[in-house]
Amino acid sequence: MMKGGGFKIYAFVYLLFLYAPIVLLPIFAFNNAAIIAFPLSGFTTKWFEILWVEPQLWVAAQNSLIVGVSTSILSTTLGVFAARASTRYAFPGKGGIIGMIMLPLVLPEIILAVALLVLLLGIGIPLSLFTVTLGHVLVCTPFSIAILSAAFQSLDKSLEEASYDLGENAITTFWLVILPLVMPGIISSLLITFTISLDEFIMAFFLAGTDTTLPVYIFSQFRFPKSVPVIMALGTILVLLSITLLSIAEYFRRRGIAKSGGSDTGGFL
Amino acid sequence: MTVQTGRPDMIEFKDVQKHYGDYHALRGITATIRAGEFFSLLGPSGCGKTTLLRTIAGFEGISSGAVMIDGRNMADVPANQRPTNMVFQSYAIFPHLTVAENVGFGLRKDPRSKEDKAKAVVEALDMVGLKGFGNRAAHALSGGQRQRVALARALILKPKVLLLDEPLSALDKKMREQMQVELIRLQRQVGITFILVTHDQEEALVMSDRIAVMFDGEIAQLDDPETLYRKPASRRVANFIGTMNFLPAQILSETADMIELEAPGFGRFSVKPDQSAGKKGDEPTAVGFRPETLTILFDDQKPVAREAQATVEEVVYYGDMTYYDIRLDGAPVAMRLSMRNVPGRPVLDIGARARVAWSAEALVLFR
Repeated sequence: MMKGGGFKIYAFVYLLFLYAPIVLLPIFAFNNAAIIAFPLSGFTTKWFEILWVEPQLWVAAQNSLIVGVSTSILSTTLGVFAARASTRYAFPGKGGIIGMIMLPLVLPEIILAVALLVLLLGIGIPLSLFTVTLGHVLVCTPFSIAILSAAFQSLDKSLEEASYDLGENAITTFWLVILPLVMPGIISSLLITFTISLDEFIMAFFLAGTDTTLPVYIFSQFRFPKSVPVIMALGTILVLLSITLLSIAEYFRRRGIAKSGGSDTGGFL
Repeated sequence: MTVQTGRPDMIEFKDVQKHYGDYHALRGITATIRAGEFFSLLGPSGCGKTTLLRTIAGFEGISSGAVMIDGRNMADVPANQRPTNMVFQSYAIFPHLTVAENVGFGLRKDPRSKEDKAKAVVEALDMVGLKGFGNRAAHALSGGQRQRVALARALILKPKVLLLDEPLSALDKKMREQMQVELIRLQRQVGITFILVTHDQEEALVMSDRIAVMFDGEIAQLDDPETLYRKPASRRVANFIGTMNFLPAQILSETADMIELEAPGFGRFSVKPDQSAGKKGDEPTAVGFRPETLTILFDDQKPVAREAQATVEEVVYYGDMTYYDIRLDGAPVAMRLSMRNVPGRPVLDIGARARVAWSAEALVLFR
């Protein structure tokens, strides 16, 4: 046996286990049968056609888009402030505060969702897309901070000082020096938080009220066996969209590193 | 090295104090830097030299005292309105801009026309030897080129004072020596006051008109390079600048114009009172001398008035120079001696006996 052959087999099985289900999505999305089973019974695009004229789906997609865009802008904005504070300033209790902000990354999401639901009902805020957005911002902000901290960290403090030294003030320095240099990080954060919000289910399920988002819509459709291939078609589109967005995000993240002359130390892709 | 007299003061420190919490970074700095001078702040890391430089730039506030630039108190003047520009240790070249955009960064509010500014950028690049580099991406430059861009970017604004924070420390030895000469040339050309922060004593000696040696937040000595080397004010300064030998000595008698001493190997001799280092330390009295003030006499050379007998303990060959550690007869420790390697003068072996010529005029008395 080749050296390391055991590990190669392990890696292959591992990847197969991860990606085989995703490969099944497009296969059955184009399969001409209502039942999800082999053997396949011919090529069709009719599930996509049904999808196209499904009004509820369009409402859910629109809701998801509203929540996703609001979430990505809000969490990235909060992320910029937090990342800037955590990388540039020293203040008492900094470690604890940043830790608290990052906590939603590891807390069970269902606990967060239930807690938020109880709180919102308790203070009388009606469930809507707004409350879903609140939940998503809570989940997405830690990701924003992680991405943006890396961007701000790679920013040499003397660049700011050089800008002051050459006559600029705090605002023009932010505009002329800091923003262009962290922009790849900001774009990366916007895209990744949007992607997370787009397929987030638990928060959306608990906090949406009557306004469903895409994942909630998908879940509800699984009650009807005949709409399963349609969901497969929708799933195919979502997977492609996610991969595209993450690739663009990663492209910008790497470009940011190359621009500031640093070397790559990890990332999402 | 030129004698700097009759020039007006450019920078004046008046009892400048700086505290970081419990840490006392600057302990009463009082000094003046003259206009058009190449001035160095020299000291080991943590001595406060960079902090002092940053108080001139306005990046560091002071706890008490005053920093004056060209007669004006800088207390309420922020960094972006001071007549100073800085070359940072990391160069701080904006990586998202081209070389020309970097150099022209400070001209944004300049009322001149776009064409005139572009011309100024070209001239500035020309001055630092980067002709034709304007369109290059800044992040693709080498260390030496970044350094030049940083210089051009600062000098294009024609500041009253150019601040250089260890600008050569990131360069390799050859490049560093080349840039030292170029910086001196540039300073003479533009006539701007240069203030250099460095921990490299050789660099400071090579480049400066005057040097302030700093230890623990205080200026230990402020002098021109030659005085600093020949007449260090304390053992600490003597040890920091070059190599200084210390030979224990005893004061036999002292008058207003003569101090009689006795030292092992040297015997009895006398020095003038002005050869005495200013500060009295806790350590026992010693005479200090530089390695090149001792000379090994070869067999064909006639005896001289001041001659000591010694044994060679160590030989370090440098090509142009040889360093010997020699033990003067009766001395408790070895002394370092340097000899230029010239044809016909062999390098001595370890254990060899040698006649060593010395002179009382080259001694510094530490007590």
